[in-house]
Amino acid sequence: MASKFINITLKIWRQKNSKAKGALETYTLNDVSTDSSFLEMLDQLNEQLINEKQSPIAFDHDCREGICGMCSLYINGRAHGPDSGITTCQLHMRMFKDGDTIYVEPWRSRAFPIIKDLMVDRSAFDRIQQAGGFVSVNTSGRTMDANAIPIPKADADKAFEAAACIGCGACVASCKNGSAMLFVGAKVSQYALLPQGKVEATDRVLNMVRQMDEEGFGNCTNTGACEIECPKGISIENIARMNREFLKGALTKS
Amino acid sequence: MSNSVLFKSSIAKKYFMALTGLFLCTFLVGHLLGNLQLIFKTGEEGRRAFNEYAYFMGHNLFIQVLSYTTYIALIIHAVDGIMLTIQNRKARPVKYAYSNPKANSGTASRNMAILGTLILVFLATHMANFWWKAKITKEIPLHSLVKTVDYPVGQNPATGEMITKPIEVTHYLNTNGTYQQFKVKDPSTGQEQKLFEIKNKHEFYDLTSHVKIGDGYKDLHTVVMTFFSKENSSALFGVIFYVISMIVLGYHLWHGFASAFQSLGLNHPLYTPIIKKIGMAFSIIVPFLFAIIPVIIYMNH
Repeated sequence: MASKFINITLKIWRQKNSKAKGALETYTLNDVSTDSSFLEMLDQLNEQLINEKQSPIAFDHDCREGICGMCSLYINGRAHGPDSGITTCQLHMRMFKDGDTIYVEPWRSRAFPIIKDLMVDRSAFDRIQQAGGFVSVNTSGRTMDANAIPIPKADADKAFEAAACIGCGACVASCKNGSAMLFVGAKVSQYALLPQGKVEATDRVLNMVRQMDEEGFGNCTNTGACEIECPKGISIENIARMNREFLKGALTKS
Repeated sequence: MSNSVLFKSSIAKKYFMALTGLFLCTFLVGHLLGNLQLIFKTGEEGRRAFNEYAYFMGHNLFIQVLSYTTYIALIIHAVDGIMLTIQNRKARPVKYAYSNPKANSGTASRNMAILGTLILVFLATHMANFWWKAKITKEIPLHSLVKTVDYPVGQNPATGEMITKPIEVTHYLNTNGTYQQFKVKDPSTGQEQKLFEIKNKHEFYDLTSHVKIGDGYKDLHTVVMTFFSKENSSALFGVIFYVISMIVLGYHLWHGFASAFQSLGLNHPLYTPIIKKIGMAFSIIVPFLFAIIPVIIYMNH
């Protein structure tokens, strides 16, 4: 397929730091290859800005292979842009037409404060993980081989699907309530489904949900937007599982 | 105490939303079955059946407990919903400049708070029109019936036959099932004679002994019929408002019914598709049946 070059207008959120007041700035960028990824297009824009002695746009990125969960961006009203099942780094400019105006905004959530421009601080997710998203293992040197415990294939598959979450925060960004329940639901599920995780399941769900509430995320209203926008296709079935686990935990914990 | 999480946490708030919502769904079914009697039986028989049903609903202990549970469920559902909405608004202090929510979610699911508020407005008017009159001010007329009877005027001196004159006599329906004569007008003297007196708006007392002899039925049927009758100038507005409110209710249920099961953690590959289909059917059939009742009354009265 022959590559094409398009000219686009970008409306990008610029904000100096977490305390500053931000605003959308308009940029025009010419000769963007439709084969370039969205982040490569932003690199191109940043080169242009540097050449013009302007400050480049700060945005998160790392592996650029769709797996690290570092890139974000709310593009034309959707988390990770108009394509489905991908992160922003895997979004390509062939999804856009010549002359398009593209809005680029950071994830909007009270729990994800803006660091600069399009970068947000997602350490709220880390704190939720630290509250319970782990399995306690004796590391004395005689650690048991996890594969020695038989696990039904269906359970292992479901746990794996939940564990596919890369913690990018697209669920929070897409949710009209800024709820993190798909993330927490996935993290609770990936352990709750496995024998190693069941041991601490009660404490885990109670602690992770408490931390989630403390961080200031919103509540789930089951719109289902998160599972549509999730780059890893995590199902809201995981939210239901968390709700079940939470009820069990809240009723039985003394 | 860890059980406080059953009230404070975000997930617990959703349990209460779901449980009260589903309870209110069962209330809708009960209320609908009662209302349908307004159109399935007509004439005096329909009026009597409906008023007897309303009396039963107002006096049965089990129904009383159920109705107070409904008031409580409604208040919890509304207050909890407002609290959740405020929290959800706070979770995103800066809104997106450009958002495309249609790409990932249904309209009803995103507007539950607005739909719920509209339903609350409808409920306020609905209760002011019917419930307030029936329960608080008790300004509902009693179920009365004017019957034409033959009243003896005297004996024809020539033939010795009794001369009778048809006159109108007001009867009240007693809760023992009989129609009780209330007022009789003597055609020869023109004097009206009361046969008993009404106290506390619905209790029948003997005139001389002051002993309670029965209870009257509130004529809710007539209240409803006049409210939606063509002869009432504001009826058309009432019918339109009612129908629109039922459409709003339908949208609320379209998302709410299946959503309640998800909030309670009931998501299963086998049952969830069935629950979703039942939810869709419920959200169309129940509001539709509610809505056609005032329309039919308007067209027929």
